[in-house]
Amino acid sequence: MSLELRAITKRFGSVVANDTISLSVGSGEIHGLLGENGAGKSTLVKILSGFITRDQGEIELDGTKLHLLSPNEAVANGIGILHQEPLVFLPFSVVDNFLIGSPKEYGYAEAYEALSTISEQFGFDLNPDVSASNLSIGERQQLEIARLLWLGARVLILDEPTTAISSTQREKLFATIRDLADDGMSVIFVSHKLEEVQELCDRVTILREGKISASVDLPSPVEYLVSKMFGTGVLPKTRIARVNGSSLLELANASAFEQPGQIIDVNLSVSRGQIIGLAGLEGAGQRTLLRAMAGFVPFAEGSFRLQSAEISELDYLDRLGLGFYYLPADRQREGLVNGLSITEHVALSVTDQSKVINWNIARSEAAKRIEKFSIKGTVESTPESLSGGNQQRLLLALMPETPLLLLMEHPTRGLDIESAAWVWSYLLTLSESGTSIIFSSSDLEELTTYSDQIAVCFSGRIIDQFDVSEATVEELGLLIGGVHQR
Amino acid sequence: MNAATFAIIVASATPLIFAAIGETITEKAGVVNLSLDGSMLLSAMTGFAIAYTTGSVELGLLAGMATSGFVAFVVAFGGIRLRVNQIAVGLILTYFATKLSALLGGEFVRKPGPSVQKMSLPVLEDIPFFGEILFQQNPLVYFSFLLVIASFWWIFHTRRGLDLQAIGERPEAAFARGIPVNTLRYFYTVLGGAFVGLGGAAFSLDAKMGWSEGHIANYGWIALAIVIFGGWHPLRVAFGCYLFGAIQIVALKMQPTLPDLAQVLPIAPFPLMILTLVFLNMRVVQSFTMRFKGIGRLIRGTAPSALGESFWPD
Amino acid sequence: MNSLQQTKYFAGAITISLVVSIFFLWLLEAPLVDTAKLLVEGAFGTNQRIGDTFMIWVPLLLASASLVVTFSAGLWNIGVEGQIVAGAVAASFVAREVQGSTTVILTLMVIGGFVGGALWGLLVGVLRVRGGVNEIFGGIGLNFVATGLIVYLVIGPWSRDGVASTGGTEPFGPQAWFPTIDGLRVSPLALIIAFVSLASVMFLLSKTHFGLRLRATGKNPLAANRFGIATSRYLLMAFIIGGGVAGLAGVTQAGAVYHRLVPSISGGYGFLAILIVLLARFRGLWVIPIALFFATIAMASFQWQLRLGLHSALGGVIQGVLVLSVVLVMGYQEVRQQREQSNSRDDAAL
Repeated sequence: MSLELRAITKRFGSVVANDTISLSVGSGEIHGLLGENGAGKSTLVKILSGFITRDQGEIELDGTKLHLLSPNEAVANGIGILHQEPLVFLPFSVVDNFLIGSPKEYGYAEAYEALSTISEQFGFDLNPDVSASNLSIGERQQLEIARLLWLGARVLILDEPTTAISSTQREKLFATIRDLADDGMSVIFVSHKLEEVQELCDRVTILREGKISASVDLPSPVEYLVSKMFGTGVLPKTRIARVNGSSLLELANASAFEQPGQIIDVNLSVSRGQIIGLAGLEGAGQRTLLRAMAGFVPFAEGSFRLQSAEISELDYLDRLGLGFYYLPADRQREGLVNGLSITEHVALSVTDQSKVINWNIARSEAAKRIEKFSIKGTVESTPESLSGGNQQRLLLALMPETPLLLLMEHPTRGLDIESAAWVWSYLLTLSESGTSIIFSSSDLEELTTYSDQIAVCFSGRIIDQFDVSEATVEELGLLIGGVHQR
Repeated sequence: MNAATFAIIVASATPLIFAAIGETITEKAGVVNLSLDGSMLLSAMTGFAIAYTTGSVELGLLAGMATSGFVAFVVAFGGIRLRVNQIAVGLILTYFATKLSALLGGEFVRKPGPSVQKMSLPVLEDIPFFGEILFQQNPLVYFSFLLVIASFWWIFHTRRGLDLQAIGERPEAAFARGIPVNTLRYFYTVLGGAFVGLGGAAFSLDAKMGWSEGHIANYGWIALAIVIFGGWHPLRVAFGCYLFGAIQIVALKMQPTLPDLAQVLPIAPFPLMILTLVFLNMRVVQSFTMRFKGIGRLIRGTAPSALGESFWPD
Repeated sequence: MNSLQQTKYFAGAITISLVVSIFFLWLLEAPLVDTAKLLVEGAFGTNQRIGDTFMIWVPLLLASASLVVTFSAGLWNIGVEGQIVAGAVAASFVAREVQGSTTVILTLMVIGGFVGGALWGLLVGVLRVRGGVNEIFGGIGLNFVATGLIVYLVIGPWSRDGVASTGGTEPFGPQAWFPTIDGLRVSPLALIIAFVSLASVMFLLSKTHFGLRLRATGKNPLAANRFGIATSRYLLMAFIIGGGVAGLAGVTQAGAVYHRLVPSISGGYGFLAILIVLLARFRGLWVIPIALFFATIAMASFQWQLRLGLHSALGGVIQGVLVLSVVLVMGYQEVRQQREQSNSRDDAAL
């Protein structure tokens, strides 16, 4: 089957998530779709799977135009999606999962048979009667793939499939994909892992900020791919070397696991006022590292010391008391309370506890902060009505005056240039007053401009750590892609 | 306890079976229909009213089914289309339907009306002991047996039943697989509601003959409790209904000797329900029962994960 | 403007319920004008009736106050009926066992009732926080357990000598009666308790840090946790406070209305309060007139039955239609609003 996309465009309000995207995948071709988070990959996948409808553009399957108004239609036309987290029904058995949603003519007999045939063909090890909750993610993927094959998928779209699986399982998955392609399957492999795309795909289309940045055959020079993914832009100004204060925090041999994400044997030391940037692809461990340091994920191993005191056993509330502060990437869900006004948020963040709230004082304090942080809103505004940039300013405004340690996930993601610059000037003044900052980012320019030190995460480990003056943007890009250099 | 007593238990539990199985079906699909108590009363009233005026028991039963089916539709519509909390709509409807049944049923109070006729099944009724209990009953009772078995078989042993479980468990995933989640939810909610209505009508036309206000006090809540106690599994739910019937008979027999206890016993389903929930929520129990397919499912009985949460594709 | 649209839809809902109510009146061949007159007369026609209306208003206010607290924490406290009963039982216990002056006894009854209701509410809370039992089912279950308890007490240990009936316990001694205004059945103390409770609840929620944290927990427990709020503890506290306030309704019912314990002491007021609070869109201030309106209808029902031969459930039907219309219509309004908002959402807005 050949799949062709022409000038696909999708807007959300004023944001253009997909801007005239065109690509084609032939039968037996493995086509990579590469791009950082926010580049537009997931929107395109949702359009192809029928979850959302495009505003403009055409989709043709073997010459037939498709509307794709619902997942039903996608399924009926042989487009199969393997989601990042397989949409599996946990309490049900493998064979039940196989059957749910399949055409009514099929019964258990057909399911059992198909399951064993396909498993044998691709070397899957799936016990049909076992509950799906007992399967590892890799096995759940196998289940989904087997199912899509059984239902006659001729186009397979894999959405970031290697995020949460082991390397052995990944080898298996790649072998399966190659076999499928040999049989004529058209495959779209959506990812941001450079090395894997290089290894598996025939061609790659790179998305950046909603548009196609490049479309080339593979293999291709890594530097070229990196530059197309992240953009070259202006070379960062040389950082003035800053003198950091005394050693504050020591993370030694730390490991932590959450679903998804992990960190393994991580060592990190943080000084007063130091800014450390965590670089790496999505899912490489930065988020888990930040969350473990905040206290949301327990350390399975290792120690975490504040000066000389061991604090790895403390929970988030205790660490808040010590002066830690966490700024999530998902501002609305994890950081702000929809429905409460800015004044109320300010009142919530105040720690001197008189029982009664003096709303006049709270309002004037809120107004002060709105001004100081240039938040485009009123004291009565609620988070839902603020733009992303203003939500971030609000989160910063709610912080205690000078926290000890600031843990930030993607501080400027989704922010316009002006807000991003403002946020950083504020953060820099904080660090000058002694706040240590650890932040994760996928913007190479941001990392090299503002960090004192950069730590590169890959598959849960820190594969390199260096002063920012020691590496160029290109080298950083390579490291992120897992290509060890330096 | 002789066969005659058991036969009475079976007969008296029948309306509850309809209601509880009906609600089980609805909740398996992920919708919680809290209007049970009120809609059962309303169905009991309309069922009796229609039967009384037309002289036909069958029409009365159908009227009851239509009544509660409609109420259930309002719950589904309010939750899915109007995005109002299912619980809120259900509670309001309970109150409204209860009062409505009293208001409109005024002229039928304590009037004698037609009732379901007994119909013993030939051959089967001669089986020693069980024959008297199970097969010397009326058609409604036989239908209740069929319903229990049919719903069990449908939910756990058919393709469509699998889809039903899927929409209550993880509607997003079901939707991604092309299953029309909300259409099915409407269907199963109304279907379940219809059975609830059958239970209500079965009261006034059979078990507790006639109509008066507060006629079947709290049976809706009891049905709700039994659904939970029964782990959303038709067989266990049926067991819960018969157990409750037995408790009632025991309470009746205790009346002269231990009046205090006798009055209190009928509330037993509720602490039982709570204890069941606590017990089953314990992780230790859950992981243990995961290992055995059929029996494990019978024992485990966890709520459909998406119960009470309306689903919207956008 | 959103508020304008909301008001329009609200008015529309009221109109619909009015039309439906009139339809029912027509169905029952009720004289419209007389019915409307009796609505006011039945509740406020004589001093006696005004007093009785107020005494229905009291438990409705208290139960609604209880629900306002728990709803703000994101909880469906359907168990409010049981909490009223628990409060009544506790107050009755005090009334029966404690000797002393009226002031002492009444004070202890109030405290005891609050504690009784609070404990019953805490039970629901613990079942939810520790046992993973949804508070709706836990609440319903405990409602029935409370009913069982009260029935047991009334026909068992606390029954009148020789008469084990569900008519009620021995009436309380005179010191345990809430004082009433001459000749009327209305107790100013009960009214004071009701208003003070509602005012306290509103104050708590809108003017204290505790209330703010409770509301944050109700709207977004995850984010609330990030602000340093121990959400589990706050949920439990919501149940304690809510249960306690509901318990006070039991106190006034037992001490000011029935003067003894009867199985139907909660009078279904807890459940009715759920409707009131839904109609009031969870706003404490609106509860006051709406609860009075519901009390008015309850009183009018008597007169409608007495003088016009209408069924006493008419009032309930009208209440039900009203709440159903408003809730459904406002739901629709919100859906439309959401749709318009997301269509025009602009990331660089404001």
